[in-house]
Amino acid sequence: MRLRTGAVLVVLAAALAVSAIAGLALGPVRIAPGRVLDIVVGGLSGNRPTGAFASIVWDVRMPRILLGAVVGAGLAVAGTVLQALVRNQLADPFLLGASSGASAGAVLVIVFGAAAAGFGLGVPLAAFAGSMAALVAVYAMARRGGTMTTGRLILAGVAVQYILSALTSLVLVLAAHPDQIRSVLFWTLGGLGGARWDELALPAVALALGGALLLTLARPLDLLLTGEEGAHTLGLDTGRFRAAVFVLTSLVIGVLVACSGAIGFVGLMVPHAARMVVGAGHRALLPVAALGGAVFLILADLVARTAAAPQEIPVGVVTALVGGPFFLWMLRRSSRTEGVTG
Amino acid sequence: MTYGTAPARPVELAVEAVRYATDGHTLLHGIDLTARPGETVGVVGPNGSGKTTLLRCVHGALRATAGRVLLDGADAAALTVKERARRVAVVPQDAGGTLGLTVREVVAMGRSPHKRFWEQDGPDDVRRVADALETVGAAAFAARRFDELSGGERQRVLVARVLVQDPGLLALDEPTNHLDIRYQLEILGLVRALPATGLLVLHDLNLAAAFCDRLYVLAGGRVAASGTPREVLTEDLLAEVYGVRARVEVHPDTGSPHVVYLPVSAGSW
Repeated sequence: MRLRTGAVLVVLAAALAVSAIAGLALGPVRIAPGRVLDIVVGGLSGNRPTGAFASIVWDVRMPRILLGAVVGAGLAVAGTVLQALVRNQLADPFLLGASSGASAGAVLVIVFGAAAAGFGLGVPLAAFAGSMAALVAVYAMARRGGTMTTGRLILAGVAVQYILSALTSLVLVLAAHPDQIRSVLFWTLGGLGGARWDELALPAVALALGGALLLTLARPLDLLLTGEEGAHTLGLDTGRFRAAVFVLTSLVIGVLVACSGAIGFVGLMVPHAARMVVGAGHRALLPVAALGGAVFLILADLVARTAAAPQEIPVGVVTALVGGPFFLWMLRRSSRTEGVTG
Repeated sequence: MTYGTAPARPVELAVEAVRYATDGHTLLHGIDLTARPGETVGVVGPNGSGKTTLLRCVHGALRATAGRVLLDGADAAALTVKERARRVAVVPQDAGGTLGLTVREVVAMGRSPHKRFWEQDGPDDVRRVADALETVGAAAFAARRFDELSGGERQRVLVARVLVQDPGLLALDEPTNHLDIRYQLEILGLVRALPATGLLVLHDLNLAAAFCDRLYVLAGGRVAASGTPREVLTEDLLAEVYGVRARVEVHPDTGSPHVVYLPVSAGSW
């Protein structure tokens, strides 16, 4: 059943507010939601209440919630677009190797290119290049011989993802980074723990610009669903469009991964769920997926912080524990109806 | 800016010495074909004779290895993808998976060549889509998922899509192969009545004879014969190209040639 998109967006916005307040209130120190609201309203209007609670809510948890929202929304949008690009519902930034590519790029620059990293943009740029290289490699391998099968796409994606994660871990361990295990976990499984106010601007801008641009591309993205030849006969220059979208998605993925590591499965599950609710047309699908992704990652991070407290679980472990079984279920379903995978 | 508000004029098509080769195999050996504005031209021939390849060279999914495709005298290769899609619309054999787009969304795609990519559908587009759905008898399932339809329903939806695309040349690849006989007749009648030139790949020689002004018979990537159905569909040609014995009669009502196949004699295997 399809619901009106507007109603869905209102419900999701409400869910986003509720999950954000929950994320701000819960943790080692529990703070009453009313107090949280006071602090947030105060903070937004420029005169935040002082004190320990205010510091926990505004300085520690708030940037983390915002980063979770931005990264969740961005990964969901990137996943939605990649699924249209390869015409396969099993695509996702993580499974196609893009996230791992971004991690590898970022780590290489951090370890070997201290000078470039000092620029501030070095790490996200390297992450962008890594994500782009991984995507193009997977796409080229999956397309060898002209037709793309689900099996080849997944195999190529998983292989590239493994190689790049291994490379990332290797570089970090060999570089004898002071807290190498933690940084291996961060770059291969992702985490939002490093969120700081002054590092939020870049991912937020990347999401806003990338998301807005992709939303204007809703019509050609729909056309891609009818396949290469179909889209071509409907006036879409598929080669150029695909290249442009590869660059745009890689940019978004690169910037996000540079500040959150390679978080998996958000871009797989959220677009699929959104499609079930509002259908496959991208004008409705992209905003719904973005809001859904934000809610999902805030909640996943809340579980990661609190489930085994005081120990913190990498948020990628939480998303993989939910997403892995979901992926298997979809794989089973799609092998039964191979027709839909093109 | 809006374009495509005036109905399209029928396009004059000229295929000149088109050759197509891939992986060392030559699929088309220099095809010449013309269609005057408004004419309905059929392409027939046995499996593997190059019909679909020729059609794809005409609508631009394939780029001819040599030779030219002219639309109203201008080389089609010089057009942008979008300009070409405004002149030439295609009904493919199948549209593949659509990840859950609705019938209405699939038909509305036909407006894309007339739109800037960020432009939304206006009231005029919505009306055209509704009319087209009505015309092909698909209005009742407009809100259903395209990939849940039967083959025949999908084909009618794809015909509705070219109706809203409003082209000057319609390229149809086996437009009737999933349809039961009533819809075959309706769809072909509809295509003929459209103010567009038609290029149809057809298997059924009798439908081709009844609905096409002229036919091209392909065999082994070459034009084996061309002309009016009466000139082309002869017992000798059917024996030579298809390797079948047939009797060609005159249809009592339409006057077009009508092929009656004779059983293949056991000895000919």
